[in-house]
Parts: sequence; C-alpha cells; structure tokens
Amino acid sequence: MTDTAAAGTEAAAETPYETVIGLEVHCELRTRTKLFCSCRNVFGELPTTNTCPVCLGLPGSLPVLNRQAVELAMRIGTALQCTVEPSVFHRKNYFYPDMPKDYQISQYDQPINVDGWLELADASRVGIERAHMEEDTGKTRHMGGGGRIHEAEYSLVDYNRAGVPLVEIVSRPDIRSAEQARAYVSELRSILVATGASDGKMEEGSLRVDANVSVRPRGSTELGTRCEIKNLNSLRSLGRAIEYEAARQWELLQAGQAIVQETRHWNEAEGRTISGRSKEEAYDYRYFPEPDLVPVAPDEAWVQAVRQAIPTLPAERRHRLAEVAAGAGDAAATVVELDLDTLVLAAVAAGADGRLAVMRAANELAGNLEEAHRLDPDAFAKLMLMEGQGQVTATQSKQVLAELLAGGGGDPEAIAKARGFEALGADALAGVVDEVIAGNPAEWERFKAGDPKISGFFVGLVMKASKGQANGTEVRELLQQRAASDG
Amino acid sequence: MNPAPTATQIVADVRRGARSARQSVEECLDAITARESDVHAFNHVLADEARAAADAIDHRVALGEDPGPLAGVPIALKDNLCTRGVPTTCSSRILEGWRPPYDATVVQRVVAAGGIVIGKTNLDEFAMGSSTENSAFGPTRNPHDLTRVPGGSSGGSAAAVAAGFASLALGSDTGGSIRQPAALCGVVGVKPTYGAVSRYGLIAFASSLDQIGPFAATVSDAALLMEVIGGHDPADSTSIASPAPQLSAHLTRGVDGLRVGVVQELLNGIDPDVAARVNQAADALSAAGAKVDEASVPAAVYGLSAYYLIAPAEASSNLARYDGVRYGLRVPGKDITAMYSATRAAGFGPEVKRRIMLGTYALSAGYYDAYYGQAQRVRTLIIRDFDAAYERFDVLLSPTAPTTAFAFGAKTENPLAMYLSDVCTIPSNLAGHPAMSVPFGAGDDGLPVGVQVMAPALGEPVMFRVAAALEGARP
Repeated sequence: MTDTAAAGTEAAAETPYETVIGLEVHCELRTRTKLFCSCRNVFGELPTTNTCPVCLGLPGSLPVLNRQAVELAMRIGTALQCTVEPSVFHRKNYFYPDMPKDYQISQYDQPINVDGWLELADASRVGIERAHMEEDTGKTRHMGGGGRIHEAEYSLVDYNRAGVPLVEIVSRPDIRSAEQARAYVSELRSILVATGASDGKMEEGSLRVDANVSVRPRGSTELGTRCEIKNLNSLRSLGRAIEYEAARQWELLQAGQAIVQETRHWNEAEGRTISGRSKEEAYDYRYFPEPDLVPVAPDEAWVQAVRQAIPTLPAERRHRLAEVAAGAGDAAATVVELDLDTLVLAAVAAGADGRLAVMRAANELAGNLEEAHRLDPDAFAKLMLMEGQGQVTATQSKQVLAELLAGGGGDPEAIAKARGFEALGADALAGVVDEVIAGNPAEWERFKAGDPKISGFFVGLVMKASKGQANGTEVRELLQQRAASDG
Repeated sequence: MNPAPTATQIVADVRRGARSARQSVEECLDAITARESDVHAFNHVLADEARAAADAIDHRVALGEDPGPLAGVPIALKDNLCTRGVPTTCSSRILEGWRPPYDATVVQRVVAAGGIVIGKTNLDEFAMGSSTENSAFGPTRNPHDLTRVPGGSSGGSAAAVAAGFASLALGSDTGGSIRQPAALCGVVGVKPTYGAVSRYGLIAFASSLDQIGPFAATVSDAALLMEVIGGHDPADSTSIASPAPQLSAHLTRGVDGLRVGVVQELLNGIDPDVAARVNQAADALSAAGAKVDEASVPAAVYGLSAYYLIAPAEASSNLARYDGVRYGLRVPGKDITAMYSATRAAGFGPEVKRRIMLGTYALSAGYYDAYYGQAQRVRTLIIRDFDAAYERFDVLLSPTAPTTAFAFGAKTENPLAMYLSDVCTIPSNLAGHPAMSVPFGAGDDGLPVGVQVMAPALGEPVMFRVAAALEGARP
C-alpha cells in the first residue's frame, strides 16, 4: 500500500483490527453499439428486443470488436495512470443461463490497461492493478423461492444487456476503510464521467462494485483471508457491507475460527452478507485465448491521441484550485466535484481572491447547480472583484449572486446599484465608526485594552447603523486604527 | 460417376439462355429421387425452394439480366452452415428443430451469385469424425460403393457431388473434413487459407482451424466457387482483408518450372496402392516440366497429437452453448444443473461427448500448459517446418488419406484408428495453409484415390495450377 492510503480512516481507528479492501468496479461503457455487434447500447428496452445473432450467441455467429469501446477503455486506463498495452481476449468458460454462449469474452493475462493509481480527494492514492475489457451478460430474474437460481420455480432472462461493453477496474488492496472505499468509488465515478467513458449511473447498473474484504490485527502487515462481496448497488450498500463484513470476520477470528475464502452476497434489507460459493466450489474457468478475435494492438499514435484527449481530471483540478485558493480546505474539493472550478479559476484570472471565489461557489452556487452552470463567468468574476474590493459587503454580494443566478447573468454593478447596495464611502464609514465609538465609551475602553470578545460588538453596531452596507474587514481595520491613535 | 454437366458449363449455358436453371435443378432432383434413399447425402432436400429459385433466375435471364457467376448452379450445403429459416442441425439431436434467423456469409454470397441451394447435407455430428458414421441421422454411403463410407465429416457434401445430386457443394474442413471425403468420393475438395473464406454462419467446431471450402467435380468448378465465397468479410475478425483471388486464370498456366516437393513423412503408414498413386502424380508433374524432389516437414508427425488437444479444447467451449436454455433440445430436470446435464446427455452423441471431455480436461487449471500450451507450441513448430519447406518448394504433395474408402464399422470401435484417417490433412489446418485433394486414379479396390496439393498461406493460385495439371494427367 502507498504511504497515504491509510489516510481518512479515523472512523475505523477505534477498532482493534484493520480492514483491507480491494475493489472490482464494473463500468458499462457509453458506446453507441455493443462490444461485439451492431446492436444499440441502450438501457430500458423491452426484454430481449435489442439483440442479434451475435449477442444472443447463436450458433455460427462471430464477434467483431467495437473500436469505440477500445478507445473508451484506453481513456479509462490513461486517466487512471495505467500503461496501455497490447492485449488479448480470452474465453472465460462457465455455465449460466444469462450468458448466451456459456462463456464470457473477457481479458485475462494480457489486459489492455495495467499498473496505475487513483488519487482521492484526501490526497491518498489507491493502486490500480488493471482495467480490462469484457462483455456484459444478460439479466436473470429468479421467480419464486428465495431469489436464487436453485430455489426458483422458474427464471426469466433478458438478453438486452448481453454484449454491452464493460471495463473492469481492479484496485490493489490499498483501501483501509468503508469511508475510503466510498471515496474511491465516487472519485472513480467522476473520472469515468469526465472521460466520457460512462454515465456513472449506479442505479441503472452502469457502475457495479464487488468488494474483497479481509481484516488483520492493527500493525500486522500480512493479508488475511478475504471474502468477495457482491450485489453492492449503491455507495451506501458498499459502506454498510464492508463494515458488516469486517466486523463479522473479526468476530470469527476472535472466537478462534478461520475465515473461509468465499463469495458473499450483500442483503440490503437484512443488513448482512450471506455465504455464496466457497473456494472449493469455485469454477475452473478454463481460460484460453478467444480464437474468433485477433489481438488488440493500438498503435502509438492512437495511444497518444487518447492521452491528449483526456480532460483535466479531478485530482489535477483540485491541485490547481488549491494553488489559487490556499486555505479553502474541503470547499475546493466540493467546487471540483460540482464542476464549478472553471468559474472560480476564471474569476481568479480576472483578479478576484481565490479563497473568496471558492467559498462563494461552494456555499452559494451549490444549491442551484443547474443555474450555476449557466452563470456568466464574467459576471461572477466581476462580483467577486467588487466584494473583494469592498464595493459590496458579503451579505450584499450573496444577494447579487442570487439575482445573477435567477436571471442567468446580468451586470453585478447595475444590480448592486439598483438595490442601493453601494458600499459606504471611506468618509461615510469613518463617520459611522466614530459615532459608534462615541456612543459606547465603556466598551471602547475594553476594546482598547484588547478584549477579543468586544470586537464583534462594535462591528455589529457599525453594520446595523450602516444598514449592512459596511465591509466587515474595513470596519475592523478602522477600529484598530482608531484604537492605535486613541492610545 | 457424375453424369451432369460441370458447373462452369451450366453457368455459361444459363447466362446465354441455352439451358434453364430449372433444368439443372430438375436433373439434380431426378438424381436425388433415383439414389438418395441409398446414399443418404442429405438431411434436408429443398426441392420446392430450389425450383422457385431456379425460376427466378430464369426470369432474370429472360429480362436480359446476368444472374451472376454461379447462375443456375445447384449447390448443396453442409448442414453446419446457417440458412435462414431452414433447419440447420449439424447432424445433432441437440439442434433438432432450430431454424437460424440468418444466412451464413458464404450462403449469402452463393445465392447473390445466382447459385441455387438444393439441400443441406449430412455430416459427422458437429463435424467430428472421418466417416459420417457419427451423424445422429444415420450415415451417408459412398456413391462408388454403398458398403463403404464417404469419408467425413463433410461426407454428405462429397457424396452429393459424386452422385450428381448437386453440381457443387460447400463443406467445412477442421482437420481434413473436406479433403478426406473428397478423396474417398473421387471429387475435388479445397481447404482454403485460414481467413480466406468467412466463417460467419459456420457453426463452430474448432474456431482456429475451421475453414469453409468447395467440393466440385472439376478443378475449374472448384475455382469458380472459391472466387464467389472468398474475400474479406467484416463480420469475421479472422477474415483476411483482401478480395478473393482470381483462380480460373491460373488453371491453364501449366507447371513448367514449378518446384514440387513430396512430403516423405506423410508417406509413412500409407497403403501402398495409395502411395503409388502419389508417386505417379509426382511423375506426371515432372513430365509436365515441374522440378520434383523429396521434401521434409519433420514436425508434421506431431500434428495429429497437437490437433487432438487444440480442436477438442476449442470445441469444449464452442459447444457449451447447447445447454437447453434458449433453443434446440431441452430435457427437463429438477433444477438448472440437472436440466443442463440431461439435455447434453441426450442431445450429444458419443464422439462429441468424448471430445468435449478431452477438451475440458486439456484446458483445466494445472493442465493447460502441459496440454493446450504444448499443442500450440507444436503448431508453431509445424508452421516453421512448412516455412522452411516452402523456401525450397512452391507446392507440396502427399496422399490426402492413408486409404481408399473403408467399410462401415471398420474404425468405429477404435477412435484412434479413425483419427489416423486425417494424419495427412491435419498439418495444413494447424498451419493455416491452403490444401486441396484432387482425384488421381484408383486403389487396388477400384475406389478413388485423392492426391493432396499443399501451398503456403494465400498460395491458392499456384495450388490450383498444380491441381489442374494433375487433373489433366490423371490415369
């Protein structure tokens, strides 16, 4: 694991054990057509209407690789700092009714992307072992019984999803808490969306997560026996399942029992994982190179073109924002997550204060994202400048911003003027400050003596007297000046 | 044996209105009526459909249109080639009742060229066998001697052409399944370069070895069909990205100056009368101006062993889909696993089961490298040895099969003896090279002998040149 991988595990720090997690994320690629045929890649059609001989695996049909899927897979790998390598498809052989050929075309020992990493919002890094291409299966619904195939009265299969392109992203076991696992998936999701590889919709199954979980006593460096948890359909399930599973395993170990390596299913309703296939019952997939496809060998020009087309990724965007908005803290990450950093950077480029722009974006724009993304960057920049220069107060600035959002733009100066928001001139402000000092001599003595609590009292009075048109920072400066000369 | 006009002749006559397509179809249907009950070449005869197609061709000719390079030629299709709406069984119970919703690429091309599909021919189940005795629907008999097998697995297609049931036929060749039955039935059979003919719609046996190819009464007829079915197909990723080579133009070029090697390793264990015909063929080429010498492909002797790991391994995966879930036979069971087992137990014959088990074992964890991996390395060696031989020779010669047509039941009790029928043909499949069988005289029993002409990848033009010369010199 990397040095920083254990960051963000305060919640788990109370437990006597450390949880070790590796995640396998299946991502449906947003291609126009399926991986090996020309059926459209869409969600929500009537069952088995969007199929053809190839994705139904009919006798005699042959797969032809979708170039766009390769391109998106390369984008994912590149965005995850992987090396793009010549790759080979294999057949993974096992019987299941939702798999039309009873083998899945997947990549095995020569995947397209290897050895990368993902940096999370807290700057921790999770290693990426590989990100390979494969085809999705159909969807099975088991009717009657407990919802599992061997108990069912009958099962229904929808083959629309069969052959939809997937990239499976396999992390190294670098994750140390449920919280970090959720952060990893949400960071990964934002990258998948940013690169155009996926729509990132967990609820439609575009993103599916399996978690390999093991525990070990704190301080130990050995890996414990792991269980693979399936059926994690949301970030909430992921977090709950990991916490449950880790506690279950630790309890077993404390009772002197061994962990059985197995697949376990998360039951959301019962809030627990349920035993599935054990290692002894595991399939022998009999992988061998898929003879119906030729090796994938993207040339250097293609790899470079993909690399250059990758948009700036969240980690890099957070770094850029941090450079211009020191001290903004979590707000900077929020701004990137909400895709508002371009707006902030434009304001900074126009001379506005970075920290101020980040705070306004994170707090005032977050609630109206749709409008915020339509906001005229020049207007935002101008308003941030006005606020920074004291032409409007914080309160006034927020009101102008709200009006800009509602109207989709406009001139902040004109709006401020129309509302009578012109900040007090220096002379007028000085007059108000002097009046307030004169009216509160006892408190003024305490201020001069350096009582920290009394500062807010004076600022509040000045604000009230100026009907909110004073700039708090300027008021504080003036009070200090007066105290110094009144010594 | 084949009293009908050649395909080349039919096309010429139909195009100039001298003969109707309907007449060609009726002649084939007459032959079928007369002898099919003895020969059993077909799983399915498409009499009405063929008549309708012929009438459509004749109508186009009457309108002054050119129906194409196969105008009016009746063609039989091996029953592992998908035909839209027409049962396609692979001679297996497991596919009974299944009708493909699409045509194989070769079928589309044949029909687009004016060819007329006359029926679907019998085969060893899923093309696994060398005698057509493994068909679930009963064996095909050799038209030359009804007590003998026609070879296999494309025995129905070979017999159909030999008996005049069709002017041309298509088969598939994974380890010799076109060439060996062609030899035993006395017709021409071609296994093209791997990738020269699209496999789209050919029900897979062993994907890295399977190739579709023609059966014909003459070398020029075979060339005609090759020109129609060959060429790039975007639906097959292993299809070579170039158009079909023109072969007919090469047939009359003779063999003067060509270097012909007789593969010594493939003369071992061959019946003396068959070997004698191969030597006679070499002499004939020499007399026609070719430089003939002994050639060696040492690794070829390991071909059979490598083949019986690679082909079953791929088959075990290719045949997994016949599970009773979506189409074909389903035998109910108490749960899904029981249904799978019951369906596959009832639906597959013994040879198919044997190969699925062999292949499953060869791919199993812990055995992969010793079996499948090792077999692939042997394959590389065979290619290397062929490459070395082709530095010295333009084409190589060998027997097609070790014997002439054998009696029913002669080898069914001993699978290994049956497998040896393909010892000469398998190396070309493993190498991906083209090879064809040309009838060249008869054995001591009076039954046809085939001589195999092999060429390097994409060497079809020179291969057909030599085949045409052999045809012209046949005893």
